[in-house]
Amino acid sequence: MTTSQEPRNYPFGEAHRLDIDPTYAELRRTEPVSRVRLPYGGDAWLVTKYDDVKTVFSDPRFSRAAVLGQDVPRAVPMIQERPSILSMDPPEHGRLRKLVAKGFTMRRTEQLRQRAQDIVDGLLDEMEKNGAPADLVEALDMPLPITIICELLGVPYEDRREFRTWSDQALAVTAFTPEKITAASDKLQDYIAGLVARRRESPTDDVLGTLVTARDEGDRLSEEELINFGVTLLVAGHETTANQLGNFMYTLLTNPDRLAELRADPTLVPAAVEELLRITPLGASAGFPRIAIEDVELSGVTIQAGDAVFVGQAGNRDPAVFPEPDRIDFHRENIAHVAFGHGVHHCVGAPLARMELQVAISTLLLRFPELELAVPGDEVPFRKGRLVRGPQELLVRW
Amino acid sequence: MTKWQVRVDREACIGTGMCASSAAAYFRLENGKATAAQDFVEPDELVVDAAESCPMEAILVRDGDGVVIAPEV
Repeated sequence: MTTSQEPRNYPFGEAHRLDIDPTYAELRRTEPVSRVRLPYGGDAWLVTKYDDVKTVFSDPRFSRAAVLGQDVPRAVPMIQERPSILSMDPPEHGRLRKLVAKGFTMRRTEQLRQRAQDIVDGLLDEMEKNGAPADLVEALDMPLPITIICELLGVPYEDRREFRTWSDQALAVTAFTPEKITAASDKLQDYIAGLVARRRESPTDDVLGTLVTARDEGDRLSEEELINFGVTLLVAGHETTANQLGNFMYTLLTNPDRLAELRADPTLVPAAVEELLRITPLGASAGFPRIAIEDVELSGVTIQAGDAVFVGQAGNRDPAVFPEPDRIDFHRENIAHVAFGHGVHHCVGAPLARMELQVAISTLLLRFPELELAVPGDEVPFRKGRLVRGPQELLVRW
Repeated sequence: MTKWQVRVDREACIGTGMCASSAAAYFRLENGKATAAQDFVEPDELVVDAAESCPMEAILVRDGDGVVIAPEV
């Protein structure tokens, strides 16, 4: 399938703060299934309508596993060789997912709410003691999710400096050299392999321990899958929530009306978290492609078997589903966003992320009624060249 | 073999689409929320896996005697 014009380069450009590139909205109006050209691996499709995004996420005719070891369209020079749960299709995906799914249900996560509250209280005690201005990223955004995921997985919190460095590098797109990115990914593997080896000497009942038992006693996953799963849970368990917490607080602190509304009615916090999930484009780059394994028609366009498809960041801004999509509104009737994906890969940590974000935001607003940015909003530095967006530093005073 | 009963609590469902994607023969999304394609099905591990993987534990599977098979609490 060809179109009359040259494909647009994708990603459209370096992500700027939390702005969404206007090209997404333009394409949704004029060419909702369009050809794009990636820096490596050639051309792909980009879909921008909510319904098409959901189809690409959830229809088994779109494969994640088909990207492995292939020169598929992508933003980084490296070809993905190492399989992870993010690159598995059913039924293999389900075999791994169900090993940990029970530990991340809404019910189990709610049992951790008090623990999250205690962590947040302790971190904010420390922040208050040290006085303003404080960098919210280091004071709260990073340590909260890192503490929680460490406790769940059974990763020593005192190792955080090392695994944070590796994780940051492993999730880079252009911020580091391909060699450095690959080396960081290898170091994370070695690190988790070490923790796994320790569990074989003295078993534990944390998530890593559960996976080791599933491997050694049930042969339910391979050694490689076990290590990769540990790495994925550790990295995805903190990078996303930590950056989103920074992004959400940046958005609230630069939107005084919405901030005042939340302060006046803290029961709006869960709805606010959903709306912030919808409106905040976490991804900074092209994201993960899917490969059509047979011909599929989307919005009247035939995606041919073998074609790569990207979902971009446009689904949550589709006006057909979310009226006035660029407006922040904590009272939306329909808030069925796809920030956590859709279908089998729907984020396993979604209930945990929601709970952490709710606890952190509500406690911050309650405890520091005068909380504000210590620098002008347009001077807040954002990380560059990464897979996900987030403030580098978020200086606040109260 | 007696059939299993499959129920989806649509109040609890948040529409992740996991069940409809992984066990399409047994679940579908209607207005953004999951529903069982049939109330009674031949025993199939896929249905149990879907119930065990639902983050909201919104899927309930019972055997012919009414005993809950999934999710495990």
